Amino acid sequence: MKITKEISIGDVAARSEELRGENMTLNMGPSHPATHGVLRLSLELDGDKVVKCDPVIGYLHRGDEKIAENMTYNQFVPYTDRLDYLAPLANNVAYAIAVEKLAGLKLPARCEAIRVLTCEMARISSHLLGIGVYAMDTGAWTVFMYTFNEREKLYTLFEELTGARFTTSYTRIGGVTRDIPDGWLPKVSAFCDGVERTIDEVDKLLTRNGIFLERTEGIATISKEMALAYGLTGPNLRASGVPFDLRKDKPYSGYEQYDFDVPVGVKGDCFDRYLVRMEELRQSVRIIRQVVKTMPGGAWYAEDAKKIFLPPKAKVMTKMEELIQNFMLVTEGPQIPAGEVYFEAENPKGALGFYVVSNGGGVPYRLRIRGPSFVSLSILPAIVPGNFLTDVASILGSLDFVMGECDR
Amino acid sequence: MDAAALTSRFPATQDLAGKDMPTYRVAGSDLLAVVSALRDEQGFDLLADLCGLELQGRPVRFGVVIHLLSTTHKEYVRLHVDAANDRVPSVSSLHPGANWHEREAFDMFGIVFEGHPDPRRILMWDAYPYHPLRKDFPLAGIEVPFPAADVAEVTGQKVEPAPMMGGPFVSHGGKLSEGEPSALDQSWTEEKPKA
Repeated sequence: MKITKEISIGDVAARSEELRGENMTLNMGPSHPATHGVLRLSLELDGDKVVKCDPVIGYLHRGDEKIAENMTYNQFVPYTDRLDYLAPLANNVAYAIAVEKLAGLKLPARCEAIRVLTCEMARISSHLLGIGVYAMDTGAWTVFMYTFNEREKLYTLFEELTGARFTTSYTRIGGVTRDIPDGWLPKVSAFCDGVERTIDEVDKLLTRNGIFLERTEGIATISKEMALAYGLTGPNLRASGVPFDLRKDKPYSGYEQYDFDVPVGVKGDCFDRYLVRMEELRQSVRIIRQVVKTMPGGAWYAEDAKKIFLPPKAKVMTKMEELIQNFMLVTEGPQIPAGEVYFEAENPKGALGFYVVSNGGGVPYRLRIRGPSFVSLSILPAIVPGNFLTDVASILGSLDFVMGECDR
Repeated sequence: MDAAALTSRFPATQDLAGKDMPTYRVAGSDLLAVVSALRDEQGFDLLADLCGLELQGRPVRFGVVIHLLSTTHKEYVRLHVDAANDRVPSVSSLHPGANWHEREAFDMFGIVFEGHPDPRRILMWDAYPYHPLRKDFPLAGIEVPFPAADVAEVTGQKVEPAPMMGGPFVSHGGKLSEGEPSALDQSWTEEKPKA
């Protein structure tokens, strides 16, 4: 019979003699650089091999769903920033579209194009970080410096657009907080040129790098059937060979107008997941260039949605009707009809879903957040056992999760 | 989505005429058969989401909402299930991905999933006594006693310290040296003032 003993990391070396032949429980995290946040893995080890993996989550649980039931729809937008905090703009858009779908709102073309633009910039920002830290997890430092440099430029662009670098809170139900500033689109084009060079450099540094290949190729292969059974979405699902992308297959916010390819993996190992993200970066740049070229004019918010979107500030102080509208919206929230809606958006980490149940009025009755990272992590007990302890960091990095969204 | 095949085979199934996607209310006893028929015969191969819900205007208090996605036909379907006596059969044998969603629904609402392989809490800690997403649970939360009474007596602390306490990047609990970065000085509370 095997006996499992619980010991801390520091004791391992000192006590390795007496532990020979016994399984060992090792707690990885919640404060460990490879767990990208506050994930804790309770690992059972037989020597260097993992025989059991039990993820312990909830360290970042803030009760977002409970909070949402107690505030108006627009007040919840800042909370969506903090779900996948590496791509807050994409979360803002997904949440706004879910509520707008419930309200049956049709948005002007310019607003939709702005949202596509910000979503794809958020995807680049998220994937750049994902690939940078993945390289670091597998032992390559330099890549992170290259990708973080580009992210910094993105943050400057976000700041010009939204007023905040990180917690953007850019969308409102029925539109966005402000129009694109003058001279911003050419800067986005210039950024695209720069980031393409960086992607090529990262490609040269990593894709044929012997050490990187040994750390990723053939590790934690997820078959097509398994990926579907566990409900994986986004790049993790596509890396396993399922060509499903919500932007193509359930287009929202006008994605159908743009030309882009959906990269699909063959084997579903860590290396495929990396390759899919690299190609998605290039496709996002491609989409951004098209949006910049075809950015429509006109209104940037739903002007006819008087009970949902705030009136322009200039009119509030001069016109009675707008003043009343402003007052009602701020005190009672956007008026959303009763009903239920489920909407998933193709976020950088996978499909971010919002299930909203409304009884009418300005506050949701129930708001459920389906975080793609939560689902991605639920596959760990199935794919980690059988691998070496050193591979755990490689597997975690390849799934590209973020705990803010997993624990909510 | 072949609605007729579903309602004729499972007469207890009720079409709720969903606005955004086909929506059905399924009897708890039929749930496993319905989900498996949808998966194997109609191509709903991916469980997108499963969540608990406090129902309104229904004889039972809680329900479960399941969203299934077909990656081949590119469509969703929504299933509502009433949790009679707060119990619902677990679908994690058909969709392993439901495992964690069901653990969360149990954690947040107290819905018991019959046949679940690992019925533990997931977001809250194991000894936590409440189900926070129930409507009668206050937004501010309810203070729960610190699990270890002997530790609480000495330190006066009411909340569990962060589990990384004592880890390589965190300063030691109790008295902290001057200038050492610290998140929370636990050596004093309102009742026991700083010495």
